[in-house]
Amino acid sequence: MRGADAAPADRDPGLQPERTRLAWRRTTLSGTVVAVLAAKAALHGGATAVSVLAAALCCALWLAFLRIAHGRISTLAAARRPRALTPQHAVAAALCTLVLALCGAVLVL
Amino acid sequence: MIGFVRSVRSWWAPEEVRREGATPDYRFSLANERTFLAWLRTALALIGGGFAVDQFLPDLRWGWRVGLALALLAAGVLCSLRAVNHWARCERAMRRGEDLPVSRFPALLSLVVAVVAVVMVVVVLTGWEG
Repeated sequence: MRGADAAPADRDPGLQPERTRLAWRRTTLSGTVVAVLAAKAALHGGATAVSVLAAALCCALWLAFLRIAHGRISTLAAARRPRALTPQHAVAAALCTLVLALCGAVLVL
Repeated sequence: MIGFVRSVRSWWAPEEVRREGATPDYRFSLANERTFLAWLRTALALIGGGFAVDQFLPDLRWGWRVGLALALLAAGVLCSLRAVNHWARCERAMRRGEDLPVSRFPALLSLVVAVVAVVMVVVVLTGWEG
């Protein structure tokens, strides 16, 4: 079933890098929803200085996550057999999520 | 606890991890990465749920509303910490050729989500009358 040229034969038939790229995109989208809800919470409940600061931090965290995702996607696209995710990137992505939750606690209280 | 501290240290020393064992097939690493991202999305969904409880149930009493929201946010924090820890443990097990780590966390999380959902149903049904 393989094509005559070498490139398709060498391509991963399971499309693993593509699926991983889309997983990063989905996760960024989930983060976008949280950031929008944070902005809504800050503006809805009478914008105080603390709530606006927390919402601004949420937006900054979303940008940081976007940057991590973009960097990883570039790495995935660069090589035919991409290297594994580095622990620093994994920790940074998880930390973004964690601090988003802490900002959420500040906004809720 | 000592194991957890050791794995936290290994997050910051990727070269040390890379020296251990053999590099697994890149597809296994990518599958592990996608599992990590799925757990992060679960964490983000829990955090979004916390915001939603706070914003879309304004008629609830303050204590219930804030309590439910904080419970969901705390579950999100735990979930994101667990995501990165489990990713690191799986990565190490694959390098060493060991069995993948097993965990009670999914069972625990599903119980917590079920309890929060039941509490929310009860609170919404009774909170609007009171």
